[in-house]
Amino acid sequence: MSSAIATSVYRPTAYRAAAEAFIGDLRREYAHEHYWLQPDCLDMPTLWTGQRELLPLLRFLKSSLSQPFAMLYDLTAIDERLRTNRGEREASQPESDFTLVYQLLSVERDLFIRIKVALPESRLSAPSATPIWACANWYEREIWDLFGIEFCGHPHLRRIMMPETWAGHPLRKEHHARATEVDPFSLSADKQRKEQEALLFKPEEWGMARASDSAEFMFLNLGPNHPSVHGVFRVALQLDGEQIIDAVPDIGYHHRGAEKMAERQAWHSYIPYTDRIDYLGGVMNNLPYVLALEQLAGIEVPARAQTIRVMMCELFRISSHLVFYGTFAQDVGQMSPVFYMFVDREKLFGIVEAITGGRMHPAWFRIGGVAQDLPRGWDTMIREFLDYMPARLREYEGMVLKNKLLQRRTRGIGVYDTAEALDWGITGPGLRATGLEWDLRKRRPYSGYDQFDFDIPVYDGGDCFDRCRVRVEEIHQSLRIIRQCVDNMPGGPYKSDHPLTTPPRKERTMQDIETLIQHFVNNSWGPVMPAGETCFPVEATKGLNSYQIISDGGTTAYRTRIRTPSFAHLQMIPLMSRGLLVADLIAILASIDFVMADVDR
Amino acid sequence: MSAVWIPLANIFGILIAAVLLAALLTWGERRLLGFWQDRPGPNRVGPFGLLQVVADMIKLFFKEDFVPRFADIPVFVLAPTVVMATMLLGFAVIPVAPQIGVIDLNVGLLFFLAMSSIAVYSVMLGGYASNNKYALLGGLRAGAQTVSYEVFMGLSLMGVVMMSGSFNLREIVQAQTEGWFIIPQFVGFLVFFIAGIAESHRLPFDLPEAEHELTAGFHTEYSGMKFGMFFVGEYLSVILISSLITTLFLGGWLGPWLPPVVWFCLKTSFLVMLFILMRAALPRPRYDQLMQFGWKVMLPLALANLLLTGGILLWNQ
Repeated sequence: MSSAIATSVYRPTAYRAAAEAFIGDLRREYAHEHYWLQPDCLDMPTLWTGQRELLPLLRFLKSSLSQPFAMLYDLTAIDERLRTNRGEREASQPESDFTLVYQLLSVERDLFIRIKVALPESRLSAPSATPIWACANWYEREIWDLFGIEFCGHPHLRRIMMPETWAGHPLRKEHHARATEVDPFSLSADKQRKEQEALLFKPEEWGMARASDSAEFMFLNLGPNHPSVHGVFRVALQLDGEQIIDAVPDIGYHHRGAEKMAERQAWHSYIPYTDRIDYLGGVMNNLPYVLALEQLAGIEVPARAQTIRVMMCELFRISSHLVFYGTFAQDVGQMSPVFYMFVDREKLFGIVEAITGGRMHPAWFRIGGVAQDLPRGWDTMIREFLDYMPARLREYEGMVLKNKLLQRRTRGIGVYDTAEALDWGITGPGLRATGLEWDLRKRRPYSGYDQFDFDIPVYDGGDCFDRCRVRVEEIHQSLRIIRQCVDNMPGGPYKSDHPLTTPPRKERTMQDIETLIQHFVNNSWGPVMPAGETCFPVEATKGLNSYQIISDGGTTAYRTRIRTPSFAHLQMIPLMSRGLLVADLIAILASIDFVMADVDR
Repeated sequence: MSAVWIPLANIFGILIAAVLLAALLTWGERRLLGFWQDRPGPNRVGPFGLLQVVADMIKLFFKEDFVPRFADIPVFVLAPTVVMATMLLGFAVIPVAPQIGVIDLNVGLLFFLAMSSIAVYSVMLGGYASNNKYALLGGLRAGAQTVSYEVFMGLSLMGVVMMSGSFNLREIVQAQTEGWFIIPQFVGFLVFFIAGIAESHRLPFDLPEAEHELTAGFHTEYSGMKFGMFFVGEYLSVILISSLITTLFLGGWLGPWLPPVVWFCLKTSFLVMLFILMRAALPRPRYDQLMQFGWKVMLPLALANLLLTGGILLWNQ
C-alpha cells in the first residue's frame, strides 16, 4: 500500500527567498556545523541538532545572528514511534523516538524556523531553554505533562494541563484517546482522599513564601470560578494588603485534548473541533487548519473562496473584538457598554447565520474552499452593517475610551515594551500596542490579504489602555477590508476542483466507477492526505494562531499541534501585575483578551 | 384618640412604604437599567414585570438559610440586620410633608448622620464574620471608604445648617420657602451627593462589593433572606439619601399646585433615578484613587464651601 501514499507536493511559496537568505546567513555566521537541514519544508527551514548543541544554537539564533530570532514562537514534541513516513531523505534523518520542535520567529526577517532535537525513548530528557527564553517555562511543562519528556534545569517542572494525580502522558501514542478504551471510572475512598489532598493549596509549591520580614502575606485564590477571569482560569495571588506581591497563573481547567482528538478524527471531520479552540473566533479558527492542509496537498484555492474566507474572518474579528471591548469596560466597572456591543454582535451573528447557517461555531471552511456559495442577497445585509457600525463605534469611543475614570484605571497599568513582548511570545494586538508594526496579514500575506488596502493600527504605550485602542482601531480596519470584499467579490467556484477537497465532486460519479469509488471513499473515510509536515500561522483575533500538521499519509493526522496566542499571553501575567493592586490585575486580565479554550485546547 | 392614632399611622405608614418602595426599587432599577441598555429587563411576571418583586421575595424566603461552618455565627447573623435597622430608623426624621413624618427631632440631621455611621458596621462585620478573604477585603474597603467619606459628608451639610440656623429638618425645609438651598449651596449639594453614593455603596463607589474584583465583596457568603436584607438595605439607603437631599437642598415638600407629598415623592424619585443612571454610566475607580479623590478634592471643597458660606453670612449680618 505504501506506494499509493503520496508524499507532500506543496509548492514553494513566496517566502522561499527569506528562508534561503537565513540559511546563507547561518552558514556564514555560525562557526559550528552541529545541525542538519531537513530538505523538505523549505520555506520553514528545519534544522536538526543534538541535545548538547541545542542551547548554544538557540542562544546564537536569539542574540548573535544578524536579524535575530527574538521570539520562541512555539515549543512542542512529536511521538515518532509509530510514524512510518518521515518525509524526504528519511534515511538520513536522525534516529528519533520523540522529537522536540522549537519554532522561532524573527520579526525582522518575517520568517519562522524550526529546530528539531531527536530523543531516544531510553533517555527522555533535554536541557531546559528557560535561561534563554523565560516563556519556555510553560511550553516545557506542557511537554513534560503530555509526553513525559524531562527538562534539566527547569525551575518548576510540574503538570500543567492534566491534574497532578493523572497517570500517564496523554499525547503519547500508547495513551488511550477515549474513556471507552479503558475500564469504567470509579472513585474509591482512597483515591478520593488522594485527589482531595492534591487540591490543598501550599504556597511553597507555587514558589511563594508565606511571610516576609515585615509582613505575613495573604493568599487569595482568584478563580477558577470568578466573574472576571473569562472562563475557568485561576490565579493564586500573594497579597500584602491589596498589593500584589506575586501572581501565579494556573491553567488546564479547560483542557479537552483537542490535539489528541485530531489524531483520531478524519481530516475533514476535525474542522468543527477547530471552531471551539478560540470560541470567539468562529471560522477564523478553521483558516489556519485548512490552509495548512491545502499547503500539504498542494490545493489551489479559487479567488472567490479566498475572498469569502477573508470576509468571514474579518466579520469574526470584529465580533471577537466587540466582546473584548465590552468586557474590558465591564471589568473596570462600567456596566452598560457590553450590552450595546452585544447588540452589534447579534447583528453580526445574523449575517453569519444567513451565510453559513451557524452562529458562533459555523465550521464552514472546507479543505479547498468553503461549504456553500454565498446566498442570494448576502451583500445587502453586510452593506447595512458597514453603514451602521461606524456611528456606533464613535459612540463607544466617547463612552469608553474617552472616559476619564477608565483612562485613570488603565493608563500605565500592565506595561511591557517591545523587547519584553517578543521575549515572552506576545503576538497580535498585544504586540502592536508596544509600538511594533507587525501584522502577519501584511508581513506574510495569506489567503489573498495582499490584495486588500488596510492599515495596521499601532500605539506605543504598551499598557492596558493602548491594547484596547489597538483593537478598536482594528475594528475600523476590518470594516474597510469587508467593504472591499463586498465591492470586489470575484466570481467563479467557491471550492477547488482538486480531488482531495471535501466533500468531493459529485458531478461525474454516475458516469464512471472510478469517480464513484473515490467519492464513496472520500466521503466515508475522508481524504487521504499526502505524508508531510506543514505549519500555517495566521493573524487570528488574539494573535498568531497556527496549526502544525504532520501527516503520515493516512486519513487522520499523525500529530496536530495547535499554537494559540492566549497560551503565551497568560504566562506574562506575573510580570505585568507585580506591585499593583487587585483591581489592576482585573484590568490587565481584561486587556489581554484571552479565551481559556484557546489556552488549554 | 387621634393623638395616638395619627403618630401610629405615620410610623407604620412610613415604615411599610419605605420597605415596599425599597423592594419595588429592585424591580425599578432593573427595568431602568434595561431601558438604558437597550434590553427589556424583567417584564414577564405580572403587568410590566411588576410582580417580579414578589417572585424574588418568594425565592429569597424559601432559599436554604445557609450559614458557612467557618463563619463567626452570631455576628454573621446579626450583621445584615444592622443595615436594615439603621436605615429604617433614619427614615424617622425625614419630614415627608407638613403632617407626615415620624418624629420632629431638634437634632434630626445629626441623628441621620449617626444612623448612617452605624450602618457601615453591617458591612464591616459581615465582611469579618464571613471568614472569607474576598469578604474581608470588601469589609476593609468599606471601613476605609466610610471613614474617609463621612468626614466631608457631615461638613458638606454645615452650609445648609448655617443658612437655616437649625439642625431640625422641618425648619430646614421651611427656611427654603424663599429659594431652594441647591442654588446657594450647590457645592455642598455636589459633595453630599457624591458622599451619599459612597455611603450607600453604589457604583461608582461600590468598592466593598466590586463584583469584578471581589466576586461579591462583603456579602459573598450570604444567601437567602440574609442576603436579601443587605440587598434591601442598600435600596433603603438609596431612598433615604435621596429623600434627605430632597429635604436639604430641593425644598422638601415645597412646590406649587400639587400636594406636598407628591412633590416630595417626585423629587425623591428623580434623585433615585439619578443614582441608577450613575450606575449605568460610570466605571469604577480604583480603591486608592477613591481615597485620594476623597481627601484631596472633596474634603478641601467641603471646607472651602463652609468657609465661604460662613463668611457671606457674617458679611450680610
